[in-house]
Amino acid sequence: MELANIEKLVIKYKNGTTSIEEESILRNYFTGESVAAHLQEYVPMFTYFTFIKKESFNKKVQLKIEKARNKNRKFLSVAASLVLLLTSVFFIKKENDRYQAKKQFAQVTKGLKLLSIQLKKGEIAIANLYSNKNN
Amino acid sequence: MKESDFLKVIKPFKDKVFRLAKRLLVSREEAEDATQEVIFKLWKNKEKISDYKNIEAFAMTMTKNYCYDRLKSKQASNLTLVHTNYKGKETPLEKRIEYKDAVNIVHSLIEQLPEMQKIILQLRDVEQYEFEEICDMVSMKPIAVRVALSRARKTVRNALTKQQNYGVS
Repeated sequence: MELANIEKLVIKYKNGTTSIEEESILRNYFTGESVAAHLQEYVPMFTYFTFIKKESFNKKVQLKIEKARNKNRKFLSVAASLVLLLTSVFFIKKENDRYQAKKQFAQVTKGLKLLSIQLKKGEIAIANLYSNKNN
Repeated sequence: MKESDFLKVIKPFKDKVFRLAKRLLVSREEAEDATQEVIFKLWKNKEKISDYKNIEAFAMTMTKNYCYDRLKSKQASNLTLVHTNYKGKETPLEKRIEYKDAVNIVHSLIEQLPEMQKIILQLRDVEQYEFEEICDMVSMKPIAVRVALSRARKTVRNALTKQQNYGVS
């Protein structure tokens, strides 16, 4: 391939306007033996492109085991949410009991306070009565 | 569709899926997981396979989207990417060292490109897809694809020229 032609193709390549066929020509030229000195920077590029294309997926494709694993995961998540639900129900119940106890305690204290106020009133009244009598 | 038929369908492009995944996710293990996931999703939708006019393009789009999602969640969890070295196989030692240099330099240059330019460069210059196919895969207009490709090529080329001029490697 003539150098002038290659130079033209390189400009087209840089602008993203080369066709697949033209790019194959460039690929052959730059991975070949003699490359013009002022175009050396394209050698690593095209070398890389051809090199990296050799990489392949070597693992065996799994179509069934993946399914089983998914099912397992589903089962696991169901189990996990159940455990979460049960523990939260337990805690809510515990918290509720405590709240009820607190409420009852408050009611009782309120009642007792009321009672003590009334008793005090009575006490004062009696005390007054006595002091009046003595006078 | 039987399992053996399905494997025949995916055979021509499973390596391309893997290479695109590796381009985006960097680590081999992640790319293998991504490939497995894409193939498995195709298998689950095997009844619809005959409806797609281009299953290969569809698979590449799926790969692109899957990798984007992975990258997003990775950014969120702040995981670091693992670099793996490339091994040449049956090339002689001298040639292999030369190869490795070129491969590593160009590889790291491409790694610094924006995601979309990476994808398009991979699809065109490595996998040699036609423009219409690439437009289909990345759902972009032909002009936009050409512009991105041109930018990617120029960035890599300019960096290589600089390196040669300064003798840095």
